[in-house]
Amino acid sequence: MTEWVFYIAGAAFVVAGSLALYRIARGPKLLDRMIASDMMLTTLLCAVGAEMVYNGHTRTLPVMLVLGATAFLGAVVVARHVSRSAHDDA
Amino acid sequence: MTLDDWLRSLPIDYAIVDGVLDLLTGVFVLVGAFLSLAAGIGLIRFPDAIARMHATTKPQIAGITFIIAGLVLQDRTWQTFWILFAVLFFQLLTAPISAHMVGRAGYRTGVMKRDRIFVDELRDAVEHAQDEAEEAAETGAIPIQVPSSDAARDTGAGEAEPKS
Repeated sequence: MTEWVFYIAGAAFVVAGSLALYRIARGPKLLDRMIASDMMLTTLLCAVGAEMVYNGHTRTLPVMLVLGATAFLGAVVVARHVSRSAHDDA
Repeated sequence: MTLDDWLRSLPIDYAIVDGVLDLLTGVFVLVGAFLSLAAGIGLIRFPDAIARMHATTKPQIAGITFIIAGLVLQDRTWQTFWILFAVLFFQLLTAPISAHMVGRAGYRTGVMKRDRIFVDELRDAVEHAQDEAEEAAETGAIPIQVPSSDAARDTGAGEAEPKS
């Protein structure tokens, strides 16, 4: 009955992930790629949650927990690297 | 007593309550998905890294909150609720850290377009810190290898006063 809601949501997630992938491939600077990959991880987090709602299970809750707790590490490390080599072509 | 038991004890027909919560869940999931989509579009359309970061922070907090709210409404047990509470808590705790680091690196490396911002309160502070670091390096009070923006950042404004 309410399946079409999840089809629309799934399509939105796929489009968002594809746009993030485009920005990762295209992004003029390393920082743009990092922001895009961060956003892709967030999209994955949302998609995992929506899939649990759709299929009515809670088996991937630990995946959500670990992703949510460690997602920031990549961005922090890359940001440190970028500001260390500030005058290089980052 | 779980939330579901409480809902069953209400003087309303449980089927109606369940239907309303299903509807709310659908709306929440849809809103979360649209926020993700909006972030993707913003990532493509916005001109510089700082503006793109603004777009991507929407699903990072609001989107995940809506999805989690939908999940809690669908799976009404305390176990799920507390795990999802931890997910949201960590997300709220760590998203500002990465945003702060990426924003600072973006400001330093000049990936943002300066003619697109109206107020730049950080510029004066950075210049001040750089001047103080260079002054300290000239007087030789503090051994600073490279008096660049990096050294100024690590020393910080107000800490680079020459100690006699």
